[in-house]
Amino acid sequence: MNVQKLLKKIFSSGYTGFIFLFLYAPIFILIIFSFNASKSKSVWAGFTLEWYGRLFQNEFIISAFRNTIILALVSSVLAAILGTAAAIGIYSLKKRPKAVMMNLTYLPILNPEIITGVSFMLLFAFIKLSPGFLTLLIAHISFSTPYVILNLMPKLRQLDRYQYEAALDLGCNPFQAFRKVIFPEIFPGILSGFLMAFTYSIDDFVISYFVTGPEMQTLPIAIYSMIRKQISPEINALSAIMFTVVLVMLILVNIKDIRETKKREIKY
Amino acid sequence: MNGEPIIKLENIEITYGNIKVLKGINLDIYDKEFVTLLGPSGCGKTTTLRIIGGFVEPQAGNICFDGKKINGVPPHKRQVNTIFQRYALFPHLNVYENVAFGLKLKKVNSGEIRTRVAEMLELVDLNGFQPRDVNSLSGGQQQRVAIARALINHPRVLLLDEPLGALDLQLRKEMQTELKKIQQRLNITFVYVTHDQEEALTMSDKIVVMNNGEIQQIGVPESIYNEPSNAFVARFIGDSNILDGIMHRDYFIEFGGNYFDCIDGGFEKTERVDVVIRPEDIIIEEPSDKNIIGIVEAVIFKGVHYEMIIDSFGVKWTVHSTSALTVGEAAGMNVSPGNIHIMKKTAETDISRIIINETDGGEIITE
Repeated sequence: MNVQKLLKKIFSSGYTGFIFLFLYAPIFILIIFSFNASKSKSVWAGFTLEWYGRLFQNEFIISAFRNTIILALVSSVLAAILGTAAAIGIYSLKKRPKAVMMNLTYLPILNPEIITGVSFMLLFAFIKLSPGFLTLLIAHISFSTPYVILNLMPKLRQLDRYQYEAALDLGCNPFQAFRKVIFPEIFPGILSGFLMAFTYSIDDFVISYFVTGPEMQTLPIAIYSMIRKQISPEINALSAIMFTVVLVMLILVNIKDIRETKKREIKY
Repeated sequence: MNGEPIIKLENIEITYGNIKVLKGINLDIYDKEFVTLLGPSGCGKTTTLRIIGGFVEPQAGNICFDGKKINGVPPHKRQVNTIFQRYALFPHLNVYENVAFGLKLKKVNSGEIRTRVAEMLELVDLNGFQPRDVNSLSGGQQQRVAIARALINHPRVLLLDEPLGALDLQLRKEMQTELKKIQQRLNITFVYVTHDQEEALTMSDKIVVMNNGEIQQIGVPESIYNEPSNAFVARFIGDSNILDGIMHRDYFIEFGGNYFDCIDGGFEKTERVDVVIRPEDIIIEEPSDKNIIGIVEAVIFKGVHYEMIIDSFGVKWTVHSTSALTVGEAAGMNVSPGNIHIMKKTAETDISRIIINETDGGEIITE
């Protein structure tokens, strides 16, 4: 009996261990090699910060990074606003049209990115919009809005519909009722939708590749054009920084959640 | 009642699709009254309350507050507050912020808000609960917060939509007395919606019995119970035996296979009528030709009394008595003239009787 238990424990933790190994090993190797003094991809030649230094002097990468962040911020904020309005609208529809609208929301997510990319390219050519920041922005807003809607629907479903009426009853006009009661309730959904839109925007290569112009490089496109020539350890350094930023953000969000739950109980 | 009604509903009508939810409601509610809208689910009582609160616009008819027409006035501009089913507290705010919500909107200064919140929480027996998270409270406590949150705005009228429905029996009884106390202490009007007839009888100054979008009867609890105006009301308020009877002449009626003296008159000769007899008004005697003879079919102990089902030629009578007979025994049933309630048959009562018969498994027998 005891042996059986022990085996079970070894196998279950071993299995989990393997999964995490496969998930994280590539990232750790990348981080380690970003400190490698040699340009080699297999030989460790000592610790250096050279690639990080060079990265920050690389005007090409820095401007691509700036473009990506601005694009991601603007597109995800607009997607969050648009998506929130859309989700509330869809939520208050009757059953049939609601189902239709939800499927129309799912479709862009399921649609292969390459098709979305090509169709945006055609559309912009057709309406004679020259490729650049605006085309990128339009494309990014349109593919990330569904994520906001999908993140928000469960929150809206959880809402007690009497809460809105209670706010009106206590003296709110409809706008105040939304701002003081509905918005705080659904805000976590808006935030997670915003964060999802933000990451997808940073991450996107395929659609951006089709709709951007020569002057407008986003980070994924810049990296792609760099590795076509030769893989530079600067890319490793950049990737390591981005991973660390995401990791820190994740930890911060978690800490904030825990603090807020505690704070709510002592707030007066 | 004194003076003008505080709320006046005139010919209120609501139709959803092809269902008439309210068919011309006329109701006067006076200041400081505890009025209960009582009826089965789907009778239109909640819709009526929501019309007073401003959440539903009547498609026809007028609603007046203090003599002024308030059709189309949005909820936040009405001098009424509502206690919703399941409380509808704001979960992102704590107890203090929930109760202070209405005053903060009115930009009352924070010192005054603090005192008034404390007073209100005192009133509902939740002293010191200010910093608590509303999600951590029990159902009864959440209910009290909802009451404090509404009453702090000093409404002229408080609307309560089945506020005790989610509580267990013990707590419900406690809250009934407490709500009544609060109403008397603050001296304001309560409009209370419930499907629980006992709740209605316990708390109300005036009961409005509703069914199928129509008012069946308006009256004080005693008159609703003792003089139901039709078979629906009789059946809905407490247990009743409802029978067919024939008025042979004034003060003389035939039902259940025998003849009885009664105290009602003014019917046509041999007019067919509905007869309502409360189970506790039936007197058990030795079977004779002066009473209704039946066989005891079932005896159920109910605590204070026994409930017996007595079969008299196919008609099953419900009888409450402090002494029990044995099953299979023959019994004679008698009723004193004052306890025989006679009502005119109407198309409406006939319809409601058919519904009652279906849902109650034929306890009340028609021809």
